[in-house]
This record gives sequence, C-alpha cells and structure tokens, in this order.
Amino acid sequence: MKQLAIISGKGGTGKTTVTSSFAVLANNAVVADCDVDAANMHLLLNPQILSKHDFYGLSVASIDNQLCTECGLCKKHCRFDAINDNFCVESFQCEGCGVCKYVCPSDAISMETNKAGEAYESITRLGLLLAHAKLGIGEDASGKLIAVVREIAIRMAEENKADLILIDGPPGTGCAVIATLTGVDLALIVTEPTISGIHDLERALEVTSHFNIPALVCINKYDINEEMAREIEAMSNSHNAMIVGKLPFNKIPTEAMIVGKTVVEYASNTFTSNIEEMWSKVKEVLKL
Amino acid sequence: MKIAVASGKGGTGKTTVAVNLALSLQDIQLLDCDVEEPNANLFLQKSVDRVEDVSILVPQIDDDLCNCCGDCVAFCQYNALAALPNKVMVFESLCHGCGGCKLVCPEKAITETGRNIGYIEKSSGNGLDFYHGILCIGDAMASPLIQRLKCYADENKTIILDAPPGTACPMITTLKDVDYCILVTEPTPFGLHDLKLAVEVVEKMSIPAGIIINQDAEGYSEVEEFCKSKNIPIILRIPYDRRIAEMYSKGIPFAEELPGWKEKFREMYEQIKRIIE
Repeated sequence: MKQLAIISGKGGTGKTTVTSSFAVLANNAVVADCDVDAANMHLLLNPQILSKHDFYGLSVASIDNQLCTECGLCKKHCRFDAINDNFCVESFQCEGCGVCKYVCPSDAISMETNKAGEAYESITRLGLLLAHAKLGIGEDASGKLIAVVREIAIRMAEENKADLILIDGPPGTGCAVIATLTGVDLALIVTEPTISGIHDLERALEVTSHFNIPALVCINKYDINEEMAREIEAMSNSHNAMIVGKLPFNKIPTEAMIVGKTVVEYASNTFTSNIEEMWSKVKEVLKL
Repeated sequence: MKIAVASGKGGTGKTTVAVNLALSLQDIQLLDCDVEEPNANLFLQKSVDRVEDVSILVPQIDDDLCNCCGDCVAFCQYNALAALPNKVMVFESLCHGCGGCKLVCPEKAITETGRNIGYIEKSSGNGLDFYHGILCIGDAMASPLIQRLKCYADENKTIILDAPPGTACPMITTLKDVDYCILVTEPTPFGLHDLKLAVEVVEKMSIPAGIIINQDAEGYSEVEEFCKSKNIPIILRIPYDRRIAEMYSKGIPFAEELPGWKEKFREMYEQIKRIIE
C-alpha cells in the first residue's frame, strides 16, 4: 500500500481540487482529509458516516476557586500565559502540561480531558472510503488528530485491500504538515505562479527534503504568469522534483465546487484531461 | 488598536488585505504572524534586519545525576522524554518547553537549554513598522514564535496582524487580545464552510468581526446570506478581476495601482474604528 500526500505550502492553490479528482480516477484508493481544522473534502464527496470516534486532545487545567488561595505559584510557573489575573485558566492558551497542578500547594487545580474533536470513517457518494475529522473550535493538537485520521485510513485500506491512500494535506510547513508527511511514500506539491506561491513552494520542498520524502510539483493557474511558471520549473528541477502537471486558470474548479462535484465528473475538456495526464504520471512514479 | 486579518480557508486573500490596508493608512505596524509561510514582505519588498533568534527551553539531562526514576517521563504530556534502562532520552522536537520535567526531577539532574525554532525580522520607515517571524524548516512550534512576535506590538500605533490560515492553535495565538478581526473569504462552498468555522472562533473569543468578500462575483450568494443570518457586516468587497490576480502574482499591492482603492481601505478602517468605539 502506498501513501501520497498532496500539500502546497500556500493555501488555496488547489490541493482539494486535485486530490478529489485523483480519488475519482484511482480505482482503489482510500482518501484521508488531513486538513482537520478546515476540512473541505466532504463538500465534494458527500460522505455517509459509518463510524465515529471521539478524539481527546490535551487536557486543560481547571482551578477550583473555593480552594485557591491566589498564592500565584501557578501563574509564575505557567510558560503559556494561560492563567489570568483572576486566577482563571484561559483554555485557549493552556497546553495541558500539568505544571500548575503540580506546583499548587492547595490542591485547587485539576486537569480535565475534554473531547477535542471527532474522527470519522465514511463511505462517499462514489463508493470511495474517506477518513476525515472535525477539530473542535480553537482546539490544540491538530497534529494528533491528523495521526488518528491517518491510522483510520490505513486500517480501512488494509481491510479493503486498497493499494493507495490519498492524503489531502493542510497548508503551511508546521505541526500539521509534519504530521501529514511522516512516513508517506510521495508528496505532490500544488503551487501557483505567484510570488507567494513560489516562495511557499520553496519552503515546502525544503520540508520534504528535510524528511527525505520524494516530491512532485503541479503548477495550477500556470498561465496567469508564465514567466513565474518557468521559475517554478527551474526551482523544482534544482530540488529534483518533477513537474507532473500544469493546469490553466479556469473557472471549472469553482463551478464544480458549487454543484458539489469533482472537476473530472463535472467536465470533460483540456482542463480535466490535464488532470488525467497528471494522474497517470503520479501513478507511474508510485509504481501502481 | 489591534486588527487581525484571518480566514479559515487558505489562499483567500489575507495577506493581500493586510498589506493593502497597511499601505493605505498612516502610522501602522504590520505583524506577519503566518510564521509557517510569511508572505507579506514579498509585497512590501522592505529590507529587513534580524532582531531576534527565538528559542524555547528544552531539558538537558545530566546522566551522572539521573537515576532513571522515570518521574520526568511520567510527567511529560508530549512524549518528549523516554526512559531507557540506564538513561533518559530527550526528543527535543516534541517538547513544548513547559519546564515540568525540571520541576519534578528529585535528583536535580535536569537543566534547560534553548532550542532554536525560528527568528524575527523587522524593518521600518515610510510610516510603516513591519515585523515577521520565520519558523525553521521542519519545526512544529509555530505558536511560541507567534507569541514572541506579538511582544513587539507597539500599542501607540494601529497594529495589523496577518494571521495564519485554519482555526487551530497558530490562528488562535494570533487572535488573542485583538480588538477586531477581519475575516477574508471567497464566494465558494469551501470559502463559506471555512468562514463558518472562523466565525465560531471569533464568537468563542468574543472578538467583533467583519467580513471581506474577495474575488467577489455572481453565482454564489450563500456567503452573504450567512453574514446576514449571523448579523456580521460585510465591510468590503474586492471584485473577481484578472488584473488584481496578475498584480498579485508579481507581488504588486493592487491598491497602489488601481485608483480609489486606498480610499476604500481607509473608509473600511474608519468603519472598524466606529464599531470598536
């Protein structure tokens, strides 16, 4: 079983458009939506939830003000600035380390584990299996939830003898991206020929080399700035990342999204044949 | 006054708004808090100086003093410590720097040392104070770097914070203590879905918010209906315009080139000021 992660660095370059089309084109893939704090794949694939798993993130401190003497030790030791002047815990700030509870001389602090989100095993309207999740608003631990989604996807793929897991990744280069990339066979970076696209592509390529993951590049909207598109090609070459596709600036992705379809279902034209060609190249690299 | 520019979905135009707004006003401080992908200076083209290397404290274990009791390993919530038969190992990249292990160690075998997670650069001049943080490649600790970056906020100025995408910890860290949040969205189902999540965040944090519809075009009115139902004002619309997209691709802030836009950004700012007051 192979794992392909679709990432981008910069957000909004077309990761989900590409991943959802690959999901339709691949015969036997499980899809994992790892952009857990802004998941969109379900809007195109309309999943029916088969089973649901509660996700518990890090615990959060809670101060019993009946017991608290306001000695200030917790506040002094908290490195995350999570205890305010009224000796209440700012739950958004708390990272659940437990230091405040440890130093409290009055035993006024407890650590409470709350449900931080849900992970789902689903079957989509196309019969494809989808692992996805919803992180609670303002919750920490998106990296941990991504690991849960990936575990679910691997189990579903094993049970159904799928040969590929298609992972729709988050933007950025930090915690969430690292959790998405760990142990994948290949990364496809979707970029665009803009000054931010190219800057973020370079950082994304540095991340994939840092973790020794081979990378491919897709240039979306390549025709809004062809000179910049050539720069992207040169940069990708110098990082040994093959350009597997160039997609034109087109309204089709938005139109398809509005009717809740993937682009390869919605239309059949040069845009979609470009995606199909890109998919065959990716398949070849993955040796599927 | 602190104004954050955020969105749920990436690529909706946060940086475009933050930069164009900053360039339309006087006496501004702009903090680019998207430390994983800091892009604002690609549009400002300012020469920057490094002001600080940012590190978090991670434990260092003195093997001669450590008797492998395992108290630190049991205390660590992040799996950053592991007990081997005759040694405790530290996995620095997992450590959040809470300092708990040092507190619980009965042998006083733990000291702390800095681990570099990124750096902060600044530039000033032309009425614009600019700072950004850059997270080291392969590092997961965006939030501590954002927190450090926010320490440079100059309360005498109007401060604009360009937030990272999503609704998780880096975005929350950026939004903490701001007076107003501009949410940038696009009129698509993905844009709306992620806007709803971002609105939940600002509601939970009790931050007043207004919405900018970027790449505004006919064909998907659900975003407006949502704003109406939530009673959140639409404070600006930026049209779907290939010229703006092309300028963006080259790193040109469109308000510098297209007439009338600086006034629109200033009017929006006045509107925000009225709402806050």
